[in-house]
This record gives sequence, structure tokens and C-alpha cells, in this order.
Amino acid sequence: MQVQVKLFAFFREGRFIKEDRELPEGCTVGEVVDTLNINREEIGVLMLNSRHCQFDTVLHEGDICAIFPVIGGG
Amino acid sequence: MTDKIFRVNMTDLSTSIEDVPADWAGHGGRGLTSTIVAAEVPPTCHPLGPNNKLIFAPGLLSGTTASNSGRISCGSKSPLTGTIKESNSGGTSAQRLAKMGCKALIIEGQPQDDSWYSLSLTPYGVAINKEEELVGMGNFAVVETVEKRFTDKIGILSIGQSGEMQMSAANISVKDPDSHLRSLGRGGLGAVMGSKKIKFIALDAGNSKVEIADPDAFKAANKTFTKALVDHPVSQALGTYGTNVLINIINEAGGLPTKNFTSGQFDGHEQISGETMHDLIVERGGKPKHGCHQGCVIQCSQIYNDLKGNYKTSGIEYESIWAMGADCTVDDLDQIAEMDHILDDIGIDTIETAVAFGVAMEGGVLEFGDSDEMIRIMTEEIAKGTPLGRIIGNGAASVGRTYGVTRVPVVKNQAIPAYDPRAIKGIGITYATSTQGADHTMGYTIATEILGVGGSADPLSKEGQIELSRNLQIATAAIDSTGMCLFIAFAALDDDTCLPALVDMLNARFGISLTADDVTNLGMSILKTEHAFNQAAGFTNLDDRLPEFFATETIPPHNAVWDFSAEEIDTFWNF
Ligand code: SF4
Repeated sequence: MQVQVKLFAFFREGRFIKEDRELPEGCTVGEVVDTLNINREEIGVLMLNSRHCQFDTVLHEGDICAIFPVIGGG
Repeated sequence: MTDKIFRVNMTDLSTSIEDVPADWAGHGGRGLTSTIVAAEVPPTCHPLGPNNKLIFAPGLLSGTTASNSGRISCGSKSPLTGTIKESNSGGTSAQRLAKMGCKALIIEGQPQDDSWYSLSLTPYGVAINKEEELVGMGNFAVVETVEKRFTDKIGILSIGQSGEMQMSAANISVKDPDSHLRSLGRGGLGAVMGSKKIKFIALDAGNSKVEIADPDAFKAANKTFTKALVDHPVSQALGTYGTNVLINIINEAGGLPTKNFTSGQFDGHEQISGETMHDLIVERGGKPKHGCHQGCVIQCSQIYNDLKGNYKTSGIEYESIWAMGADCTVDDLDQIAEMDHILDDIGIDTIETAVAFGVAMEGGVLEFGDSDEMIRIMTEEIAKGTPLGRIIGNGAASVGRTYGVTRVPVVKNQAIPAYDPRAIKGIGITYATSTQGADHTMGYTIATEILGVGGSADPLSKEGQIELSRNLQIATAAIDSTGMCLFIAFAALDDDTCLPALVDMLNARFGISLTADDVTNLGMSILKTEHAFNQAAGFTNLDDRLPEFFATETIPPHNAVWDFSAEEIDTFWNF
């Protein structure tokens, strides 16, 4: 299945901003993080289709998965 | 030096130095300005008349070596909202005031003729001088000239043309360590300073220092506190990308108000994002990391250069970039930086002014996305005080009334900032109930709703949001009294050593023995003092509401509406 993966802030360094990825059925958000060699401890926020989600959230065809480090502002 | 109250009466041009009344002694920053406004300003007075007062107070820890403690509070009755107002800024003024032993500067009365004045403060008192040369000038010229008259070490508070013309969105500008500007923004306190006919205030602390009751304990507590700040990953991201790192995440969450609050996502988000801004700054030899005052260890500010590598602006915030960018559908960072610089010079609030532009675009005054016309209106109309310039300079509600627009995002007349309350509901409670009109900084629920700091809350659900906003508004009122930058809150929410160290510093500074509960109680009592002032000024629970359109118009992509009932909102004040 095709899933769009978006990265933000320093997660983009040496990786990409946005990429369509071919993933096996049943793949979770956490597994995407792992294949990108991002340490799970560095994760601040995960979103699936603009809603917050967890490492064990299962992806589906056409999903948009956004991965952020710990960030803040105001 | 023993702390004193410096008082200036602009009616008879007299000054005095007074002992600090016993019940003001435990207050600083916002707690002190709000206490003084409540004690001395008649709630029903006209904000621009002789009975309103303008009060500056450094925080309780300002002027010490405590990290991030150099924030100044300015309080008054707001000409924009009609409520009590406390505005908070970095820059060098808080440290100068604290070092000269000025616990608060109270400016009252109003000159009876058309003359302009400046104030000059030293540890020995206040001098009032007539001012002619700088009248009509922008803030950058004021800073340059005043530094030549005194020294470049001088602290400066000044108003630009908008403050002189008493526009309701006018700021008071605060010089930073590099002679650039920070702002006491929101709520139009620059207009109050203009109504008192004061163009600038020069602050010379000489070699005076703040006395610390227990220096060793202070040093130890500051070490723990500083470590908590520096180690927190949010601090590190703030130093790299500034607050503008939020553009992409708020856009992704569908809560980035776009095109005058008609969508929650902006096609041009990447072009105006913190990531893009960081790369541009580095490419052009600017500084991605910069402190708004000496002693800041987070450094969310930055120096932004133009295409040729020359200085353009500094300290440009997410909310400003959102307002001039997404809300007006401008996707060009250089144009936004140019506008930020112009608005700093005129001395007018970037959020209020840009949201006013968004409403003006909806009203057909100019096209969405036309940043050239925005720049023309800023320099040719607002700075010169033409009728259109004054309509915009009096804020979003003023534009809505003038041009018959009903989608006007304000609470108590103050523009709603960069987070849509339909898609991020907790912040809507803060907008509705804040004692000062719509203001995200009063209770920054975004930390928990979106950023996952201090727990988590579903931004699209009402669950737990009132309590979240209440707890954060209480904590914020206390933090705003210490002189601490609000961005210490990220570490305070997550790191158990941070707040106790802050309390230890307060105790070591004054030789007292506060507990964490005392600090929470301080926050509650400040909110109650402010709320009581507003009630006496004529505000009721019916003013604690969002504009009607938030309940009737959905916002994509979540197609959410504002669905808190009036009864639910009113439970906010149950404490
Ligand atoms: S973190 Fe930013 S706003 Fe806070 S004190 Fe530092 S530069 Fe100023």
C-alpha cells in the first residue's frame, strides 16, 4: 500500500521532507519511524491524517503520516 | 538598593519616590501591575483619559543572574479591550529597572497642553523633559537618537507614530541588547503612553545591583533551574527554529487559521515555516539563535537578514508570521520580514494589525495575498494616520464594524491569534475566559493539546479542556510575576526539578520561605484581582464568549465547530 510520510524540523536532515512510500499491509507508524532510523525517544508528536496517533497505530492505503521531534513555541 | 515605587504625575509634572506598601511587597511583574491597577485605577475610567495609569514593573527575579528572568510587565486599563491589561516583554528594561531599585514605575495624570515629554530614570529618581526632536519619528530613530544623547548602555521604552496617535493596537517598544526592538504588545498600551504624552523613557541604572539575601542558595538553585531549561528538548528546538517551528505542526493539525479564519490549513505553509526560515537565516549569514535579553539560555529569537545579507528584522514570532502569512494568504517570508520591521518601527501590534488586514481583505479593501498593498497601507496610511490607517490601527473589530464584515475573529475586541479554537478547543477556552481578551499566552493549552508537553489532550474534544486552561492560566499568572519568560513552562511541565528551583530562587532572593502552593495561590489571586476589575468595569460572563461564526461555520479539514455551551464556559471561574 502507498502511504505519504512527512518529516519535520531536524528529522529532515539527511532524509526528506515528504515521500510516498510503499509499505506492507498492517505496517504501524512505529515501524515507519524505525525504518527511518529515528530513535523513538526523540519523537514528540505523531499524526495520522491530521489526528494525533501512537506508535502502534496501523496504517492504511492513502494515509498521511506526519512525524515530529519534540518541539514547542508560543 | 531597597526597592521603591517611582511615581510620575503628568498633570502637574511632579515626581516622587515612595516606600513600597506592605501588601505590594510580595508582588512583582504582572502580579504587581494588576494589583496597582486594581488599587488605583477607577474601573470605569476612559483608558486614554487622565484617570488611567500606566505601570511598569520588573519581575521578582529580574536584575539577578537567574536564567530567563529579564521580562518586564506593563499594566493599565486597555484601550482595545476595556479590560485590565498586562503586557510582557523581553529587552533590557526589566533588568535596568530592577537594578536601580525601581519595583514599579507608576505614570498617572495627563498634560493639559500639547507638549510632548520624555522621562529619564536613574537610581536617584525621575526627570521629566520636554521632547520635540523625536515627535513623529519611528522607534528605530528614537533608539538611535536616545543612545546618542545618553549612552548605548541605556535602557529604552518608546512609542512610534501609532502610539502618538493613540491607536488601540499601539505597542510600547523595548530596546534589546543589540539596540533592536522587542514589544509590549496586545491591548494598545502604546496608546496609553501616547495619551500621557510620553515619547520615550530612558533607564540608566549606573552600577547599581540587585541585592540577594542568600547568594549561595541562589546560585545553587539557579544552577538546577538552568540545567532543567537547557536540557529540555523544546528549548533546543526553540533555539534552532524559533517559535515559527509551529507553522507546520499547527497546519498539519488543521488548526492554522487561514484566509481570515476560513480554513485550518494554508497551501503556502512550507514557504513560511520555521524550517524554511532557519535555512534562509543561515544561508544569508543571520543568526538563528539569539536572546531577547542577557541571561536567556533558550534563545528563541533570531536575526533575519535580507537577500543581500543586511539586517532586516529580529525576534520574529510564529504568531506574527502566521498573521501576516496564512491569515492574509501571503507566502513570502521576505515580505513578512519587511512588514515585521515596518510594524516594529511604527510601534503597532503585529497580530492585531495583520488580523485587521485579514478582515479588511474580506471586506474588499484589498485583495487576499497582496503584500505590496499591505506594505503601502502600513507606511502610507497607518504611519501617517490617514482615516484608513486609523481604522486598521484600531484593530480587527474596528475594521469589521467599518466595512460590515461579520467574520471578525476577536474576543473582547482583541484579535484571536494563531490557533483556531474550533480545531484546537482548549485554546478557545483561554480566548473566551482570559481577563484580557483573546490571548494565547494567558493559558497556552497548545503545549498539551498539540505538542504533547505536560500530558496530552485531544484538541478536537471538549474533554478536560476547561480544567487544562484554568490550571495553565493560574500557573501563567504566577510565572508572569517572577520576570521569567513563559517558555520556561515547557521544562516546568515536564521536569520535576524546575519549579522547586524557581521557588528556591525566590526565597533566596528575598530571604523568605514560599512553598509551591504559595506560588499557585499567587496565580489564583492575580486572576481573581483582574477578573474583579473587569466586572467593576462592566464586563459579565456574557463577554466570555467567542464570536458567533465559530459555532455556525465549520473549518476544514476537520470541519469542526466551536461547541462549548455558555454554561460550560462559565464553570471556568469555579475556583
Ligand atoms: S526564550 Fe525567547 S522570548 Fe524567552 S527570554 Fe529567550 S529570547 Fe526571550
